Amino acid sequence: MSALESAQKIKVKFGDLISEPAEFRGEITVKLTDAEQINTVCEFAKMELGFNYLVDISSLDNYGEDPRWTVVYHLRAIDNVVEIRLETNVSEEKSELPSVLPIWRTANWHEREIYDMMGIRFSGHPDLRRILMWEGYPYFPLRKDFPLAGKPSELPGVAFTKISPMEGGPFVTVAGGKDAISREPRIRNPEE
Amino acid sequence: MRTETEIGYNSKIEGDVVVTRVDAALNWFRKNSVWPMPMGLACCAIELMAVGASRFDISRFGSEVMRFSPRQADCMIVAGTVTYKMAFAVKRIYDQMPEPRWVIAMGACASTGGMYRSYAVLQGVDNIIPVDIYISGCPPRPEAVLDALMKLQAKISTQPILENLMAVKALQNH
Repeated sequence: MSALESAQKIKVKFGDLISEPAEFRGEITVKLTDAEQINTVCEFAKMELGFNYLVDISSLDNYGEDPRWTVVYHLRAIDNVVEIRLETNVSEEKSELPSVLPIWRTANWHEREIYDMMGIRFSGHPDLRRILMWEGYPYFPLRKDFPLAGKPSELPGVAFTKISPMEGGPFVTVAGGKDAISREPRIRNPEE
Repeated sequence: MRTETEIGYNSKIEGDVVVTRVDAALNWFRKNSVWPMPMGLACCAIELMAVGASRFDISRFGSEVMRFSPRQADCMIVAGTVTYKMAFAVKRIYDQMPEPRWVIAMGACASTGGMYRSYAVLQGVDNIIPVDIYISGCPPRPEAVLDALMKLQAKISTQPILENLMAVKALQNH
């Protein structure tokens, strides 16, 4: 069964909940309109279509748009060597969707990382702690409105952060450079 | 043909006596037995292993005894990226080292934060502990680490131990 056939089976099963499968460079993506149904769809994908491996969960910050978050599930059927992506949107006010941990146990740390970096919560997750930053760090650093240089924070005895110097040092990048030479990290002086 | 020239220490002439200063003797002991503690935090630690292995052979400088306990070490080699999450752990381990103690910041990350100008990385380990020698490089060549060790030895050999001991004694009596 190919990726497109799998996607169409999901579409047939769930109807309006699922968008038409989109193909880009041979990879298939389907979009789920209601994030609350993610468990039902994932369970169907695993049990009926053989997607027995959750490769990764990633998240996007569509800053300035509504809904703000997109959560992307990369599913693979190891036996058939088939891979599809499952996308769903979550609004900023809600910032929460059900955990797929009951379906794939590997989701545990993926979801913790998304919570840590993006601040999207997963309901039903048994241990939703930060995984890279420390407990008590007040920000979510991969959000678009978080500056690359960081923000100062202080948790006495545990950790602290300061703002990094972004100019004049080694390996400075310039956002929005017009060619690769201006975008790549290199020594730059503030006036350049 | 056999030469009669005597090279180096001649027991017939010099007897069993060596005249020197206490500082010089103590510093000579210290600088030739600097036991390093590898604070391996990133890829620099791999180069540090090469320094310890046979090709570069840190034991030529009396430092082959890598200690993984801070209580047995003289010199902490901070090899790698110090994240804010790790910063206090590095400081705590430094605090556990007995005096005299020295610190080598190995590589760009440990010295300045390197290419990681970001929210997660401490911009130089000298923000939290005093550093004696900085090594440039990303990662530095093993030769650079050995050069740093020789520079540290030179630094140790000029330290006024006796003066410091007297000063500490005076403070205690005060």
